[in-house]
This record gives sequence, structure tokens and C-alpha cells, in this order.
Amino acid sequence: MRDFEYEAPTSLGGALAVLSKGTAKTMAGGTDLIDQVRMGRHAPDVIVDIKKIPELNVLQHDASGLRLGAAVPCYKIYGHCGIVSDYSALADSCRIIGGIQIQSRASVGGNMCNAGPAADSTPAVIALGGVCVIAGPKGTRELPAEAFCVGPGKNALQPDELLVEIKFPARAAHSGSHYRRFIPRNEMDIAVVGVAASVVLDDSGQKFVSARIALGAVAPTPLLAQAASESLAGQPVNESSIAKAAELARSIAKPIDDMRGTAEYRVHLVGVLTQRVITAAVARARGENIGHAH
Amino acid sequence: MAKKRVVTTKINGDTVEFLCEPRQTLLEVLRNTLDLTGAKEGCSNGNCGACTVLMNGRPVDSCLVLGVEAEGAEIKTIEGVACGTHLDEVQSAFLENAALQCGICTPGFIMQTEALLAENASPTEEQIRFYLAGNLCRCTGYDKIVQAVQSAATKRQSGCGTTACCH
Ligand SMILES: Cc1cc2nc3c(=O)[nH]c(=O)nc-3n(C[C@H](O)[C@H](O)[C@H](O)COP(=O)(O)OP(=O)(O)OC[C@H]3O[C@@H](n4cnc5c(N)ncnc54)[C@H](O)[C@@H]3O)c2cc1C
Ligand code: FES
Ligand code: FES
Repeated sequence: MRDFEYEAPTSLGGALAVLSKGTAKTMAGGTDLIDQVRMGRHAPDVIVDIKKIPELNVLQHDASGLRLGAAVPCYKIYGHCGIVSDYSALADSCRIIGGIQIQSRASVGGNMCNAGPAADSTPAVIALGGVCVIAGPKGTRELPAEAFCVGPGKNALQPDELLVEIKFPARAAHSGSHYRRFIPRNEMDIAVVGVAASVVLDDSGQKFVSARIALGAVAPTPLLAQAASESLAGQPVNESSIAKAAELARSIAKPIDDMRGTAEYRVHLVGVLTQRVITAAVARARGENIGHAH
Repeated sequence: MAKKRVVTTKINGDTVEFLCEPRQTLLEVLRNTLDLTGAKEGCSNGNCGACTVLMNGRPVDSCLVLGVEAEGAEIKTIEGVACGTHLDEVQSAFLENAALQCGICTPGFIMQTEALLAENASPTEEQIRFYLAGNLCRCTGYDKIVQAVQSAATKRQSGCGTTACCH
């Protein structure tokens, strides 16, 4: 592998100081980065391991919402009861990133920063209204998750910035969420299409108050399906409202043909998965236990 | 060239100090520096699980961990599983159930099974297949591996294993 220096700062300031010096690369779990350096896709002079920085390891769930440090590994996320119950889509996505060995190290921050079009956690974070907290030499800024990825492998960070945490609003009453992907195998594969949905129902559980639907692997970046999401607000929960949202989700999918599936097949899958995912999110909003549903 | 670092870690219960370059993976250090060649290199990119070791109790692909990250950690490798010449329940179950042919994947499967059984003493077949999905085997077709894991779980639960001496 290419020769590089290794720094493992114990403070955010320490990490930003190393990043300001030029060709450094941030490392959380290293499950993307180490192979990318080995294959020559990145050529850093320094690797900055951020796992020893307290702010990057925050996992705080209370009445005001959820704070998820960018370096927290997947197994801690799906092992957290509060996340499983209140941010189910996020737990769903972390349970299927790679295998168990990968989940010991892979973080949601790394998944988002790597900015793969098929990244599994990003649609879940978008659907749950996640906000990225970014630190840089000039201070801290915030960006909604749907604006974080800007192209395949490209995120909104400057080279001297770090994703510190992702903030989520408190779970609303009568709300539920789900993430699901389609892969040809049972596990350990890249999503052909991934869909996340988070829905809020009224007290009766029969009407949508609001919804957020996000799609993965159907465009250069994960997408918030805005029109599909808005179409559900105020509608009764039934087949026709859900089918209409699925149709609107299909209409923004601009996938490519590749070895995993043709564009036409992917658009079809967006419709099917969107209906299933909304239905599962509704069941969770009504307090039904649908299990892990992966 | 980047300076070599002194790394202090615990491997299979013993404190170990080694020198490594930042670019060396934990797998390279184990195999080439420490002569612990049980962990195998199958793919070097996280897909095959042949290099699985436990790091602070969690299974990881050691080809995707830097050697310098082992500083202060506790590592367990396949070399630390048996007790002298006594194989533990998982190792003997793999032998008894013919869960290996060429054997390249076996150390990884055994470490992953150790992690599974520590978390879940009596996993279902579905749970076993899900937990072992990050380990590939080109020879056995997996069924015998699943049977071996089930039989190891049963043996361990009934307490008739052979590991009482050092685990
Ligand atoms: C065998 C295998 C299977 C996989 N399966 C899946 C899968 O099913 N679904 C999926 O979505 N992904 C999968 N991945 C990809 C990878 O595991 C995930 O993207 C993972 O979440 C990356 O997290 P990490 O902490 O390891 O990131 P790293 O590898 O540490 O970093 C990834 C990138 O993000 C940057 N980065 C990381 N953290 C920060 C930060 N806080 N601020 C700024 N930049 C940062 C790094 O510089 C690097 O460019 C798989 C990988 C492997 C090897
Ligand atoms: S060699 Fe590490 S996963 Fe294959
Ligand atoms: S026994 Fe040969 S790869 Fe598994």
C-alpha cells in the first residue's frame, strides 16, 4: 500500500489542524478508505483516524431527538433500543451494510461521506430528517442530509472539513419508518434500488399527516422524493394514496443500466419497493411489530 | 518513508509490542511480523472473512484494520482458541462435521462462530447464515458449516466442551 503517516487525534481541534495541512484523508471504520488507498483511488500523505474524538462517538437519544456521532459503528446503532424503536429505518439500514465484520467498524458518517449512489444508510438518514453537523476551520455549519451528497463519490465537505454528527428530530407521535433495498442475493451485496420512508399518521392512524421518502441507487446521489412525500400529506392511508406516491417516486428515478440491473428494471423496482416500504412504515406508526423486515 | 511506530497490544491474552509502518494492515502484521499465520488472506478487501479476528471482542476483517489501530486493543486470533492441544467446541465441531475441505476459510469461520456464540448461545439456522454471511467458502457449500455451528452451540450449552482450562 502507498506510504502514509497516521494520526489519531483525541480532540476535534487536533483533527482539524491535521486536515488543514493538505493531503490528509479522514478515516472512521476504514471499510471503504483502506481499500481505496490500496487501489490508488486516494493518495493521502496522512490518514486521520477520528475514532478517538469524543464528539464523533456521541450517541445521545432524549426528548429533543437523536445525536449520532459520525464515527459510531453500525453494530452500536442497531444495538441501541431507542434507535430501533424510534429511528427504525436507520437501524434497518445499518443491519444490512456489509456483513457482521464490516458492521463492527463501518459508520454512518463514513457511508454518507463516501457518497456512493447506493449507500444504504443515506436514504434512511434523509427520510428521518437528519441534519449533518460539519466542523471546519471557520467553525460549524449544518446541512440537511439530502444536500450532503453532490455526486458519485463527492460530498459537500471542503478538504479541511469534517462531518461531526448527524442530528435527528424527536420522533413524532404516530410515526414510523422503514428502509429496504433490493439485492439479488440474501445479504452482502450492493443495492440495486433502496427506499426509505418515514410517515406521521393522525391520532386515528387512518390518515397521513406527513411523509418523507428517499431513494438510493437510482441517481448519481441518494434523493429525497419531494413530490412523492408531499402527495401523502392529508391523504387517507389506502392503496390508492400509496400507489400515487410510488408513481411519483418512480418519476424522479434516473437510474443507469449496469450489471446489477437495467434502468427500466430499476424504475419498476422503485415503484414496488416504495409501496412496500410505506406500508411497513405505516404498520410501525400504528405500533405493529413487523420485526427487522430485511 | 513514514516512521515505524511501536504498537503495544494484547494478543490472545499476552501483551505484545511490535513495530509497524502506518500502511501495514493488522493482517500483515499478524502474519508477517508476529508469525501468527492462522488468519488468512483471501481477498484483501473485506469480502471473504478469511482474515477475521476479534478486536475488543468484536469480529473484524483484519485486512481492513491498520496495524497501528491495534494500540491498546485486545486481539484474539485462531491461535488463541484452543487450549494447548485441546480444541474448543467450535474447532472440534468443524472437524466432526467435515465443515472444511481446503481449510483456507476455516480460521475465519471459527472466529466468526466464536463471536456469534458469545452473543447468541443457541442461534437458529437463519441467524447462523446471516451472521456468517461475511465469510465465504468455495469448497463446502456451507451446509456442513451451519451444522457444525449448531453442534458446537449444543455442546457448549450442555457444558461438555473441553475449554474449561483457559477460557
Ligand atoms: C465487504 C464490504 C461490504 C459492504 N457492503 C455495503 C453495503 O451493503 N451497503 C453500503 O452502503 N456500504 C457497504 N460497504 C461500504 C462501506 O462499508 C460503508 O460505506 C461504510 O459505512 C463506510 O464507513 P467507514 O466508517 O468504514 O468509512 P471510511 O472507510 O473510514 O470512510 C469512507 C469515506 O468517508 C470519509 N470519511 C469518513 N468519515 C468522515 C467524517 N466524519 N468526515 C469526513 N469524511 C469522512 C473517508 O475519508 C472516506 O473517503 C461495504 C464495504 C465492504 C468492504
Ligand atoms: S482477506 Fe480480509 S476479508 Fe478477505
Ligand atoms: S474449505 Fe475451502 S474455502 Fe472453505
